[in-house]
Amino acid sequence: MSYTKRLDGRKADELRPIKAEVGIIPNADGSALFAFGETVAIAAVYGPKPLHPQHMQDPERGIIRCVYNMLPFSVTERARPGPSRRSKEISMITENALSGVVELKRFPGTVIDVEIMILQANASTRCAGINAAAMALAHAGIVMKEMVSSVSIGKIDDKIVTDITKAEEDYEEGEGATDIPFTISSNTHAITHLQLDGKIQTERLKEAYDAALKASKKILDYQTRALKGEKIDENK
Amino acid sequence: MTEKKEKRRIVIPGEVIVSGDDYLPGDFTRKEGKDIIAQRYGLAEGDRVIKIIPISGVYEPRRGNTVIGRVSDITFNGWIVEIGGPYGAFLSLMECPRFINKNDIAEFANIGDLFCAKIFTVKRNSADLTLKSRGLGKLEGGRVIKINPHKVPRVIGKEGSMINLIKNETQTEINVGQNGFIWIKGDLAGEEKAEKTIELVAKEANSEGLTEKVEKFLGGKIKKINPEEMVKEE
Repeated sequence: MSYTKRLDGRKADELRPIKAEVGIIPNADGSALFAFGETVAIAAVYGPKPLHPQHMQDPERGIIRCVYNMLPFSVTERARPGPSRRSKEISMITENALSGVVELKRFPGTVIDVEIMILQANASTRCAGINAAAMALAHAGIVMKEMVSSVSIGKIDDKIVTDITKAEEDYEEGEGATDIPFTISSNTHAITHLQLDGKIQTERLKEAYDAALKASKKILDYQTRALKGEKIDENK
Repeated sequence: MTEKKEKRRIVIPGEVIVSGDDYLPGDFTRKEGKDIIAQRYGLAEGDRVIKIIPISGVYEPRRGNTVIGRVSDITFNGWIVEIGGPYGAFLSLMECPRFINKNDIAEFANIGDLFCAKIFTVKRNSADLTLKSRGLGKLEGGRVIKINPHKVPRVIGKEGSMINLIKNETQTEINVGQNGFIWIKGDLAGEEKAEKTIELVAKEANSEGLTEKVEKFLGGKIKKINPEEMVKEE
């Protein structure tokens, strides 16, 4: 049986209910919450501030230092706290996804700290984290060329679907599941981050990009509305 | 005036503020074809030259600003002062209007001590401070709180109305730095109350009738605390 109907009854290009808000952490220079359904991420931004140790400073430009952290209670079986191979990788890709749109040359020798915490996980945590981080950066008054929005596109069996859940990620029938997180910038539609976990044909990847572009525009709308002061919660 | 106020709106990075040949990009905006695009979060304003007024973010040093800072390091000819924002500031020994023993400058100000100083030059990655002006110098005692530098104008109020109100009601000495550091000195209760009040002002910076709220907050507290304390003593 092929994957014709999604497990949670959504349309192929439908996102989970979104939750978005800024200014949730008073002590940070900028902060935001972003959630795709049951995947909840919060991000805090501190800086730009002087970077220590000094040997890490870049005299030409500032740097972004990301920390992605999955909290122990975010998954069904307790996640061991502290950095892991996986969280280090996601911290790095988040850094790369964001540094393309931030004007780092304005403050040479400084650091912008971005802390991402996953409060609850049901797949696409890195995408929720990047979305929250982008909002937090904007909220902190960091000079940016444009925004970024992130979404995970999946190929479940042979069907391209948007914003996959853990249950879809574990789908094993037919061609199985492929997870492709995309991060796309708001104005130039440049891809600042792309990963692929699984197998996909070249032509289908283009199809996946089109789906990602469509979804990223929707996400950008939520991010914009949240930054303009709205508290978005579609879970009701 | 009212028309201009209506035109102000919040923009986010990458957003097209206006489109057309009549407009020019100002602070924190850029022009791409006919579009004026925002480069940071803030309030967009302007008739011809479109600029963005920041409403959040860290302090950006400007020449002539009076700031409050804490000494974070001592060099052979001055102090490195933490003033918030991306870079530390430097206060040279030459900019102190009194005699200081060059062999032991920590005698005058050690790490952790507070200064109220003026920025006289902003360099690429530091700012120079001076103490050569009225009202500047080392701050002795008291406490320092930090608020967002963009909310400082509300804490001061029109011609200092808000800050004078707080000073009078709490019987404290208050010094507001333009970098968002606020130094408060008085008796313990007064300091505590002034701190709470300033936090309230910073939190409600955008609301209407702020002065009345602050008056109520200060007035209400005095009446509330006294009877309670009297009951306890009995």
